[in-house]
Amino acid sequence: MSVEMFIQHFLNALTLGSLYGLIAIGYTMVYGILRLINFAHGDIFMLGAYFVFWGGALFRLPWFLSVVVAILFTALCGITVDRVAYRPLREAPRISALISSIGVSFFIQNLSIVTFTAIPRAVHVPQWLGQVHLIGKVRLLPLAIVVPIVSLLLTSGLLWVVYRTKPGLAMRAISKDIETTRLMGVPVNRIIAITFGLGSALAAASGIMWALRYPQIHPFMGVIPGFKAFIAAVLGGIGSIQGAVLGGLLLGFIEIMIIAFFPGLSGYRDAFAFVLLIVILLIRPSGLMGEKLEEKV
Amino acid sequence: MYESRTKRLNVAAVALLGFFLWWAQGNLDGYKIQILNLVAINIILALSLNLIYGFTGLFSLGHAGFMAIGAYVSSLLILPAAQKEMIFLLEPLVWPLSVLQAPFFVAVLAGGVAAALFGLLISLPVLRLGGDYLGIATLGFAEIVRVVANNLSGITNGALGLKGIPNHANIWWNYGWCLFTLYFIARLVNSNFGNVLKAIRDDETAARAMGIDVLRCKVVSFSIGAFFAGVGGALMASLLTTIDPKMFLFLLTFNVLMIVVAGGLGSLSGTVIAGVVITVLLEWLRFVENPVTIGSFHIPGIPGMRMVIFSMALLFIILFRREGIMGMREITWNGIIGVCRRKGEKDRD
Amino acid sequence: MTERETALETQGVTMRFGGLTALHDFSIRVHRGSIVGLIGPNGAGKTTCFNVMTGFYRPTEGKVLFEGRDLTAKGPHEVCREGIARTFQNIRLFSNETVLQNVMIGCHVRTPLNWWETPLPFGVGAKKEKEIREKAYHLLEEVELAHLADECAASLPYGAQRRLEIARALATEPRFLLLDEPAAGMNPQESQKLMAFIRHIRERFNLTVMFIEHDMKVVMGVCEYIWVLDYGVLIAEGAPKEIQADPRVIEAYLGEEAVADA
Repeated sequence: MSVEMFIQHFLNALTLGSLYGLIAIGYTMVYGILRLINFAHGDIFMLGAYFVFWGGALFRLPWFLSVVVAILFTALCGITVDRVAYRPLREAPRISALISSIGVSFFIQNLSIVTFTAIPRAVHVPQWLGQVHLIGKVRLLPLAIVVPIVSLLLTSGLLWVVYRTKPGLAMRAISKDIETTRLMGVPVNRIIAITFGLGSALAAASGIMWALRYPQIHPFMGVIPGFKAFIAAVLGGIGSIQGAVLGGLLLGFIEIMIIAFFPGLSGYRDAFAFVLLIVILLIRPSGLMGEKLEEKV
Repeated sequence: MYESRTKRLNVAAVALLGFFLWWAQGNLDGYKIQILNLVAINIILALSLNLIYGFTGLFSLGHAGFMAIGAYVSSLLILPAAQKEMIFLLEPLVWPLSVLQAPFFVAVLAGGVAAALFGLLISLPVLRLGGDYLGIATLGFAEIVRVVANNLSGITNGALGLKGIPNHANIWWNYGWCLFTLYFIARLVNSNFGNVLKAIRDDETAARAMGIDVLRCKVVSFSIGAFFAGVGGALMASLLTTIDPKMFLFLLTFNVLMIVVAGGLGSLSGTVIAGVVITVLLEWLRFVENPVTIGSFHIPGIPGMRMVIFSMALLFIILFRREGIMGMREITWNGIIGVCRRKGEKDRD
Repeated sequence: MTERETALETQGVTMRFGGLTALHDFSIRVHRGSIVGLIGPNGAGKTTCFNVMTGFYRPTEGKVLFEGRDLTAKGPHEVCREGIARTFQNIRLFSNETVLQNVMIGCHVRTPLNWWETPLPFGVGAKKEKEIREKAYHLLEEVELAHLADECAASLPYGAQRRLEIARALATEPRFLLLDEPAAGMNPQESQKLMAFIRHIRERFNLTVMFIEHDMKVVMGVCEYIWVLDYGVLIAEGAPKEIQADPRVIEAYLGEEAVADA
């Protein structure tokens, strides 16, 4: 493989990995706090992409405004999902909330078919983002630079919230022990809502950039990236934000590089992540950066 | 005394069902018969998932994978050699499969056994995981099966799938297998082995302290469940006459899970009731996706609406009636007779 | 104490969780057929000790021997098969099952019913099933719960749940029984009955019994030998009389001032 080709693959992997990482953060935060695999998270990601599409196509909003509005709307959707489908099940067995989230996932997908139709739509990519530059033999898409940078900024912002603000402190406290935190007078439900809001906002950002990078959107576009991002979160160690980003990047590189070096396996691309998942769960269920949980007898 | 009465009533119920099916075959149209067939297959699938999840407490989302294995194995065994040659356009079917033939019953059995073997294979590593992680790992397994089916053209014909599968799965085969599944699983869960499975579900730690080899029991339950899921997949393939990897998406597992949750985790009678209700409801709901003309009004069909309603129904059940129709209770003959007696006495008063 | 055969022996068992040493160099020898107690303040490592003996924890160092066989590397179900049964501090019944089913589940380890035997019509399965049911019923009669056989286990009053848990443990046909705080939450009359009951089952089933207990009346009333743990270390052992007089034990339980006052 030539150096140029490798750089090309490297940039692709970096973009894909950053996008996985942003989605994975939402999974990891919700799991860290509620021990819930939020199946609907991939569909929230899809909603982000659709909102920005409609903002531009239907309401003729300037692109940056439609991005902001789309992120806000998606965050609101995430909070609503928690309020309606998960909050009533806080005291229920954990699997109940999981089944509920599977229900929400199918609900959002099919509601999107009803409202947006199942026809894939092309997304308009602004000229300055979509114009390919040739540097030597490397085809450089500005997005390949923008996506990792934006992801890095957003992740840093989130880390600041989690480690430097009061709600962030409350989030970390809840993830250690929800009951005690409640007794300390922390409005637990509001903090959980904020968590869902932040996670969904990041998923929306990822969805928007995904739609620009692979310029097509459809109601099922969130399913596979959603599963993979969850696997990235497990890979990085569920509950750890840095781990989620790291897991996302790693998964992006694994996918792109396996196909780059073994083109014959490209048909199996969607299976890599799942094989990886089963392997991690067997050899190191706590992930790369996660803490080990032990069951008390 | 009670036991012999139960036995007689069971025989009577089976005879009644047989009579009904015989009547249905002569009097109902093809569409309704198709729904009756789907009811039987869905009950098989839901019973097998209930064994795994409802009775043993293993949250498995891998049903679509087992169904796919059962469907492909049995279809390859009943497809005539000429048909195989015709549909395998991308790559010819690999040798022993291209000439192998088996009677329908053997093919379905082989589908179930193949699914059970895969169940056994993945259960050994995966069942060490608990709760939601097991769900994700089994879901991953099902997705891997689907991706492999999509790519292994020499065996599965890739994305084109298998077409022209002989339609052997008539009402008698389907209900025969359905009754066998019900009988087998009912006997299993009502035996002391079933008690052991429920013990593992309720308190794994205590079960281990009671000398129960938890992993082994889980593997047995999981593999038996996988067997019947494979049987269900095999019957469905023959009923629909075409299969392709797209059929075995997560949605298929979701439908089965819905029946189990709606019927009640750990209730066989609940699963049977929910299997009938939900299968019929799902078919009936197709009307919302078809255009309707009432007089001069033309209402266009709304694609996706059926699943919107369906997923909302699941949400309602899980939010407001988590135990489903039956909870963990069962409808038994003794129960029915008891209720009738009490009602009779009340009427006399 | 006279020389008798050893039932269970631990040799230098140490159990560490991360930086915390829950049990340090714990060595005891339990004589066959005796009733012995393990006491100590809360968090002294008593339950950890039970978990090591029953295979739930693998000790960081040391060995557990039962009738001369090494149990250290065995899992809980294998330990149970060897003949050690236990109850739990916070009763762990199979709450969705009936009282009879709970005991039947305990019978599984000695009379396993295989999955393929159950669906076969008329035959092996049914015979075994009947045998298990009868054995479980006899055990319930033994603990005076037979009249509640078809009740849901969770609906039983507290004391009955304790007895059911013991019956379930007895169903595994143990030679060594570990009881984790059997008298917890009982009033004096009930604990009096419990003491008689423990003695009774020892004779009836030829058992060695070891239990953890906070109720000193019960401990002193029924135990022949006692070990005292504090912060994971064995601080005293001996007959009840010796333990009651041991200043280290009083100190561990009541603090230093109490010793000074005395």
